[in-house]
Amino acid sequence: MNTVMALLIGMLYASGMYMVLRRSMVKLIIGLALLSHAANLLIFTMATLRRDRPPLIDEGETALAAPYADPVPQALILTAIVIGFAVSAFAAIMIYRVYQTTGTDDLDQLHTTDS
Amino acid sequence: MNLLLVAPILLPMLTAALCLLAWKSVRVQRWLGVAGSAALLASALALFAEVHGRGIAVSHAGEWAAPFGITLAADLLGALMVVLGGIVGLMVAVYSLGSIDEGRERFGFHPLVQILLMGVCGAFLTGDLFNLYVWFEVLLMASFVLTALGGERAQMEGAIKYVTLNLVSSAIFLAALGLLYGLTHSLNMADVSLRLAKLNYPALENLLAVLFFIAFGIKAAVFPLFFWLPASYHTMPVSVSALFAGLLTKVGVYALIRVFTLVFRDDVEFIKELMLVVACLTMAVGVLGAVAQMEMRRILSFHIVSQIGYMIIGLALMTPLALAGTVFYLAHHIIVKTNLFLVSGAVARATGSFELKKVGGLYAAQPGLALLFLIPALSLAGIPPLSGFWGKYILVKAGLESGQVVLVVAALAVSVFTMISMMKIWSEAFWKPHPLGLTPAPVGLLNGPIAAMAAMTLLIGFGVEPMMQLAQRSAQQLLDPQNYIQAVLEARK
Amino acid sequence: MNSLILRTTTGFLLSLLVLFSVYLMLRGHNAPGGGFIGGLTATAALTLYAFAFDVATVRKMLRIDPLSVAGLGLVLALVSGLPGMLGGDAFLTSRWAVLALPGGTEIHLGTPLLFDFGVYLVVIGVGCAVLLTMAEERGE
Repeated sequence: MNTVMALLIGMLYASGMYMVLRRSMVKLIIGLALLSHAANLLIFTMATLRRDRPPLIDEGETALAAPYADPVPQALILTAIVIGFAVSAFAAIMIYRVYQTTGTDDLDQLHTTDS
Repeated sequence: MNLLLVAPILLPMLTAALCLLAWKSVRVQRWLGVAGSAALLASALALFAEVHGRGIAVSHAGEWAAPFGITLAADLLGALMVVLGGIVGLMVAVYSLGSIDEGRERFGFHPLVQILLMGVCGAFLTGDLFNLYVWFEVLLMASFVLTALGGERAQMEGAIKYVTLNLVSSAIFLAALGLLYGLTHSLNMADVSLRLAKLNYPALENLLAVLFFIAFGIKAAVFPLFFWLPASYHTMPVSVSALFAGLLTKVGVYALIRVFTLVFRDDVEFIKELMLVVACLTMAVGVLGAVAQMEMRRILSFHIVSQIGYMIIGLALMTPLALAGTVFYLAHHIIVKTNLFLVSGAVARATGSFELKKVGGLYAAQPGLALLFLIPALSLAGIPPLSGFWGKYILVKAGLESGQVVLVVAALAVSVFTMISMMKIWSEAFWKPHPLGLTPAPVGLLNGPIAAMAAMTLLIGFGVEPMMQLAQRSAQQLLDPQNYIQAVLEARK
Repeated sequence: MNSLILRTTTGFLLSLLVLFSVYLMLRGHNAPGGGFIGGLTATAALTLYAFAFDVATVRKMLRIDPLSVAGLGLVLALVSGLPGMLGGDAFLTSRWAVLALPGGTEIHLGTPLLFDFGVYLVVIGVGCAVLLTMAEERGE
């Protein structure tokens, strides 16, 4: 499973980077989204993939019984997904505005502010 | 203590919320912005007094104990940075009263500034790496909107570069966090530090260190990763670029200092050498970029990059004196750089342009403003007895003690070039007559924050002894993180 | 869009969906749900309403600006963290009170509920602000 995940994450990173390096703004946004997905899956995989009991303390107990799934990475990923969602939404609106003001989707045309 | 630690985060949040409630009334928002920033500065000063007097302050949100809950911790460096954040926030809030246009105010300029300040203070105070990521995103979201607010063509072009590179940096940061969690099963900085010390995977640790360096390096704008900064900072309104210039890259530098003094302490010799090279190149490339420019804000943007290099020197050398130099330099730089951007706005207001070829005659018309420009400008270049001289002096001395002659030569050469571009602004904008023979208009209110910050520069310059003691104490805390770790992991009320 | 069927059903659906969103928010402390998901549901309901009628109707229905709703939510979430500090504990420490109703039912009321309600309002406010602004731009 780890190998499959590693390949998947690698592919996401590769395609994300490829998309970011394209000239089209739309592809840039897709690339950024792919990069953040790759990072989320990386956290998920790094926290070990196992089938364990949910981390809930049983009735009458005071501590978790031994094989339980680590809840932290899921909380981290959930936070990261929400943030990523907000950022992607902003980025989508931004490129729409950029397109409206500049009339082009080509990043190579947007060089007038470079030094 | 609990209240002091959360106040710098809650006050901007409250101000932002009140601004949203008063969405229709720009006037109310304006004054809320000023009052909120003043309250932030007051609370930051109170926190600083507490940390200075009684040592590291720690609070666990919701009383969830250390490695599990959300930790807020302030050592001297953190508290000092929060104070500087409060100063910049207040100055920019006052300055924007006279400079920001109503269109931008109507679309949420004031609440956004407050949310940015909240993110910045949160980043300075958090004791947890994932929370650091969250605060980074908070301040980035606010900064993204501020960058694009107004929707002029140049602004949108700058915004897309700013947003893209910062998002890439966030993705790298997140990946590094994932790997670090896999390695240590903790993200509380103090806890991670202890756990990493027990592990023995030098290769993985170095990889992680490099990932963190790249992630924070993009935000701090170090050598090969700085291109977003000069491409975007000069496109925004002055209030916004002054705020960004003062605080945002410095959050990156702060994160670098925090991570490389607390989390990665051993087994990372590789990154130290890398930092030395990067620091040299950042200084040199930044200043050379500035020499080639003829637009005030572009010159100043390149100088931000160049000055970041000085701060990285101290971190790379990692001796007590060098680190004290970095802390000193941070304090000096935030004030001076914000002020220079504010001055550039005043010059443009008076003469109608940021292009040095199109402005002039300010010295004859407004000698007061000219003097107020000279103080931060000479300080940036490192003329004694202003604050920049002492910052450079400490770093150069630390460099010589560590035997890094190349570094010292580079630092001194860079300060000569800095002088050249400051003199370029002086002679073009202030000394020569206006090319069209116009008389510059008065800038009124804008002088206030500029004068206040110039006074602070003088204060640091002449009161160098207490400031230096503070920097040294803070460097001691950073170099011996046992106290910080203990305070975080054992704090109960 | 001008569809009689959609308009008629949306009138009923809106109240049902908002009620469901409140239910989601209230059960969130110990079960799946919470302020965020509740807020999203309510935003979806309002968006549906905007589809069926138009944006101006939704704005009129909200009475105050969506961003002010978000501001109110922020203030509530912030206030919910303060009671814990009165006893010398840290920010966001929860405080609970039990409301005993006649008939033996006990309702646990606490600061996390207030926090959830704050989040609920923030999500509605920001969500509506974004969606309505975009919808208005389309209509221009």
